[in-house]
Amino acid sequence: MSRDSIKSPAATLASNLNSSTGQTGKPLTITTLVSVGQHPKSGRARVADQDAKALELALSLSAGKGTAAVGKGEAGAGKSQINLIHAGTATAEQQLVLRGYLGMGVGQMRVLKQSDGADVIPVLVDAVRKSGSDVVLTGSRAEAGEGSGMTPYLVAQSLGWPMVPAAVEITAVGSGEFEILQALPRGQRRLLKVRAPFVASIDAAAAEARQTAWAAGQRGALEHMTLSSNDDAVLAEAAVEPARKRPKRIARAKKAKTAADRFKAATAKSASKGGAVLVKESAEEKAEAIYQMLLSQGVLKAR
Amino acid sequence: MSDVIRKDPRKNWILRNRLHPLHEQVVAEMNGPAAVVRGPSGLIRKNPHAVGFIGPNGIKRIDRLGGSGSAAASAKREQQEEQLPIIAIEQPQSYVVVVVDAANGELSAHDRDVLGQARLLADGRAENTAVVALVFGALKAALGEAANPDHAFGLAGADRVMLFDDECYAGFAPEQQLEAMLAVDRQLSPVNWLFPDTHLSGNDRALRLAARLGERPAMHAWQIKDGKVTSRGGSEMTDITRDLAAATAPRILALASECALPVDEARYEARLLPLPSVPNAMVRIKDAGAVAVDPNQIAMGEAEFILSAGNGIHDWDQFHATAAALGATEGASRVAVDNGFMPRFRQVGATGTWVTARVYIAVGISGAVQHLQGIGSCEKVIAINTDAGCDMVKRADLSVIGDSQEILAALKARAEQGAVAVSEPQQGKADGESNHNVA
Ligand SMILES: Cc1cc2nc3c(=O)[nH]c(=O)nc-3n(C[C@H](O)[C@H](O)[C@H](O)COP(=O)(O)OP(=O)(O)OC[C@H]3O[C@@H](n4cnc5c(N)ncnc54)[C@H](O)[C@@H]3O)c2cc1C
Repeated sequence: MSRDSIKSPAATLASNLNSSTGQTGKPLTITTLVSVGQHPKSGRARVADQDAKALELALSLSAGKGTAAVGKGEAGAGKSQINLIHAGTATAEQQLVLRGYLGMGVGQMRVLKQSDGADVIPVLVDAVRKSGSDVVLTGSRAEAGEGSGMTPYLVAQSLGWPMVPAAVEITAVGSGEFEILQALPRGQRRLLKVRAPFVASIDAAAAEARQTAWAAGQRGALEHMTLSSNDDAVLAEAAVEPARKRPKRIARAKKAKTAADRFKAATAKSASKGGAVLVKESAEEKAEAIYQMLLSQGVLKAR
Repeated sequence: MSDVIRKDPRKNWILRNRLHPLHEQVVAEMNGPAAVVRGPSGLIRKNPHAVGFIGPNGIKRIDRLGGSGSAAASAKREQQEEQLPIIAIEQPQSYVVVVVDAANGELSAHDRDVLGQARLLADGRAENTAVVALVFGALKAALGEAANPDHAFGLAGADRVMLFDDECYAGFAPEQQLEAMLAVDRQLSPVNWLFPDTHLSGNDRALRLAARLGERPAMHAWQIKDGKVTSRGGSEMTDITRDLAAATAPRILALASECALPVDEARYEARLLPLPSVPNAMVRIKDAGAVAVDPNQIAMGEAEFILSAGNGIHDWDQFHATAAALGATEGASRVAVDNGFMPRFRQVGATGTWVTARVYIAVGISGAVQHLQGIGSCEKVIAINTDAGCDMVKRADLSVIGDSQEILAALKARAEQGAVAVSEPQQGKADGESNHNVA
């Protein structure tokens, strides 16, 4: 189903480029969904950090390996296309921010105008479906609003595409296959293989976004479309207030029944009693003891 | 039964009355027979050192109350390991499912917190509600067929456990895991799905399940109180509070760590539940395995394994070679940085980076407070130092006393030989000492 929708003649923007080549030689179409961010301290609207990183990834994917790989070595199959899509209220102030994305080197952006507090997923899904994308990139969590991180999952679910979270690098390896480097906790990385079309969300560890150029941003075009909005009833019901500080967890004595027990538990030092001390053993034995501990902790990577 | 204090009023009366003919006898009975003996000349000898007992805090106590005082009773009580009661939930009518991370097959502190929250939710319901822990991947300590109240899951508050440990759930298999969760959802129709809100495991599973079921989850929730769930909005700037009793209440919750206190007052059964039949997912995301990462590219603050150098390092080339052989991220004390041997961003401590490594090896670092502050959240600390009395040795879980150069040389050799020892277990030390299993 998804393949058909990609080839659907209704596809806008990218369609004229797509139609020039066949299935294998089709240039890559990358769609980046961007939002208006929020500075974590001042709360001022800004280019969202992760969305800018997603666009950076899209730019590097289209500039580099993308074209040749999808074209199965057919160099010159056509330059890949980057779509930028934003859905939101798009006030004048927000449009200034959106031009920041254009300033990273993209000619135009589609702005789907929605009323305040609307659920933007349906219009985004519709726009992505019509864009004929192979790859959809998003940030992993919005900086403003609920920030639940549902957007990429819902888009993927509605389109029936696989969703890859926490991508840091994407390489096209040929015939619609992509290799995605995924960021794991503690700086580790994992390699995933997936076929286009797919949705990927970007990890905070991805490459920093390039500087945006003010003039290029001003020259770029914002294509406005006003679409009917779907009200977000659930969020309208919820109480939203400025974040309170989370209370610190107080150390609690196991089964502390008396005040004295609780006092002792609250004031006790986290006593590390000091472990084994090796003094007389030979250097080899000492090294062996350390090595065994590293093994039991599982920090040594098998090479 | 044995900690009920039973008084013998007659004996107590005799104890108080030194002139009672049976006084000596009763005192001897209380404090041990060696206290009062008749010497060779026929005189009564009291041994003042033989009376009393050593209390729990190491101070000698003489009990003149004949074993009926509170000190003696508590000393006795402490010797006895208290058994937590077992709470069994038979015939549950509804379920709260917790999908634990259990990375490496063990419950994390975050998992325990979420299980603690699940207990509160389950126990707060009118009907019989059981907490089901759902695990993907093998466990370190196996669960038996019957009740397992002393297993980590039983102690953490799980009534039932569903263990999906087939090969197809290992690694990054979100699609197959989603199928399993959907099957569980059909079988148990849980009142709540709880997840630890962890990067790429709990968070990802919660979002996938919510997207598939078409439900609105509560992500980044940090408090459930008075029937309301509060979650953090984007940029941690807002609190979004939703009523758990409302029609649109979130059923899928991803909870932050420390959302609730872990269970510590009772044990639960942790009985294995039969698994529902899970259809095979169409696997479109293929896991091609971990990628080797240059340990020195990993940010200091999130590195898992750090080899740190101090003023006690004299051969820096050897230090770098050892770090490379072990695959450890390099760190340094301030002195090593000030002397120009290491770059500033490698400094660990109060004015450097606060590291969170699981294993931290401090080579030739004395353990000044400013340095110890920085390694406060490290799990295992290994010290290599010439001075057995230094503060780092007191902090360390394993200390090796000796010259850093010698020990690093041996450690480097051992690490290089390690790869060989994996394929040929016979090699290495002839005795059974190096008989380790590298999985
Ligand atoms: C405001 C302030 C902030 C500071 N912030 C930091 C900070 O962020 N991080 C930090 O690290 N320090 C900090 N310091 C410095 C800190 O007080 C100590 O001076 C410093 O940590 C000591 O470093 P060291 O342990 O490497 O050196 P030393 O204290 O000189 O210790 C060297 C150790 O190596 C051992 N040794 C010597 N030779 C050998 C050998 N051949 N083999 C094995 N062991 C050997 C010695 O027994 C000794 O224990 C701060 C100080 C101040 C005043």
